[in-house]
Amino acid sequence: MIAVKISFLLNGDPVTAEVPDQVTLLEMLREHFELRGAKEGCGYGECGSCTVLVEQEAVNACLMLAAFVNGKSVQTVEGLAGKQCRLDPLQEAFVEHGAVQCGFCTPGMIMSAKALLAENPRPSRDQIRRGMAGNLCRCTGYAKIVEAVAAASKRGCSCGESS
Amino acid sequence: MRRFTYHEPKSIADAVHLLSAYGEKARLIAGGTDLVVEMKQGKKEPDHVISLRSVPGVNEINFSGGYLRLGAMVTHRAIERSPLIRERFTLLADAVDNLGSVQVRNVATVGGNICNGAPSADTAGPLLALDAVLLVEGPEGERNISLNEFFRGPGKTALAANEVLKQIIIPELPPEACSRYLKHTRRKAMDLPLLGVAVTLIPEAGGEICREARIALTLAAPTPIRAIRAEKHVAGKPFYRAVWEEAGVLALEDSSPRTSFRTTAAYRKKMICALLPRAAAEALERSGRTMKG
Ligand SMILES: Cc1cc2nc3c(=O)[nH]c(=O)nc-3n(C[C@H](O)[C@H](O)[C@H](O)COP(=O)(O)OP(=O)(O)OC[C@H]3O[C@@H](n4cnc5c(N)ncnc54)[C@H](O)[C@@H]3O)c2cc1C
Ligand code: FES
Ligand code: FES
Repeated sequence: MIAVKISFLLNGDPVTAEVPDQVTLLEMLREHFELRGAKEGCGYGECGSCTVLVEQEAVNACLMLAAFVNGKSVQTVEGLAGKQCRLDPLQEAFVEHGAVQCGFCTPGMIMSAKALLAENPRPSRDQIRRGMAGNLCRCTGYAKIVEAVAAASKRGCSCGESS
Repeated sequence: MRRFTYHEPKSIADAVHLLSAYGEKARLIAGGTDLVVEMKQGKKEPDHVISLRSVPGVNEINFSGGYLRLGAMVTHRAIERSPLIRERFTLLADAVDNLGSVQVRNVATVGGNICNGAPSADTAGPLLALDAVLLVEGPEGERNISLNEFFRGPGKTALAANEVLKQIIIPELPPEACSRYLKHTRRKAMDLPLLGVAVTLIPEAGGEICREARIALTLAAPTPIRAIRAEKHVAGKPFYRAVWEEAGVLALEDSSPRTSFRTTAAYRKKMICALLPRAAAEALERSGRTMKG
């Protein structure tokens, strides 16, 4: 069987996986590493529920070949709370502002917001909407999500230290 | 996705070699935002997928000697973040500002956008209006292809199956030039254009008269096109709205829009007439002037 060997940093830890060549990053994270935070909504780059960070930048894991992250750093929603298991300020803000309903979109929303705030710690509402345009939510109507991201940004969330 | 073998050559020459060896069974992958979608849908089923990510230098943006050189693997995000491109090649920044999502722009490349040959490609119009030339490498070595000759039909380009796009070469614009790309969409984000209008204007010294205009349209024909008749009409004339409205009508003669599931040919025709003067006026505004009349 054809397989590629992929070594990368996963939420800060060096890891190695051998997966078939055609496996996507999302499949590798969910099946091989059993990290089920990132979800497959559409599988085509439209909904953002599979969003993770590669080298600190938000990507759709459903469209990326697993082989692409060889030698890179990958951060998933599971890595945010860290070893101390303390929620990231963004996660806290989502909880406090009712930005989570069914929760399917939430890991992707949080990771997109993480990348956004790392680049622009004080985004305007409009910049938040633009930065999160690749993430769909079928429950909240977005208002509370935008509120939560704005609140986290005011709190000066720990967005610089994203690995 | 169907099974394939993944290759990561270290040079363009090695990529060309692999493409030649596997022929029809091989496909290049850049960011994969078009190819992976098509593989998942079963529209493309390569046995060998050849990635350019380990080739050094192909993701560089370089501006020297009067030319902007974009490596084929430059991402839309890198273009979006380049102050140089925003200032000097502004319509290219327009093209990527509203291309897909942040997640897409972080991985999707300008080379992939062009080589995919989609009639809707957002960078195609701006690159045509910048007179871009493509540097490609094949088994016999390198050659240049003018972007004007590159698009051959939906999904079809002038690239041979064993040729790789290396670089997009864009001549510097004079400092008085200004530009605008208008992407006409139904939604504000995450939408493909119904029509794209790209305009580069080079005024005469006083700034009142148009010395040269380059006008490109996407989705006005089966491939992105230059609106040559419209360009000739506005050259040497003052920046008057009426002149540009006439240009809009002439641009229709260069076009052959189609009815697709997104919209009708008739609507696209109306929008060509409406958006060409608007794009020119907005380009002019960027250099502090206004369209008269
Ligand atoms: C959700 C979503 C939204 C999108 N929105 C837009 C949009 O608004 N506007 C738009 O224009 N596009 C959009 N796209 C399409 C796509 O993202 C772009 O066309 C992108 O630029 C393709 O680049 P890539 O690097 O991902 O190409 P890939 O998928 O890697 O490659 C595309 C094709 O080009 C070939 N190729 C790639 N590089 C080379 C090279 N150097 N030499 C020769 N051949 C090469 C490949 O073999 C393949 O056939 C969207 C896609 C998605 C998934
Ligand atoms: S599952 Fe990846 S974008 Fe929808
Ligand atoms: S909370 Fe249900 S999809 Fe967003």
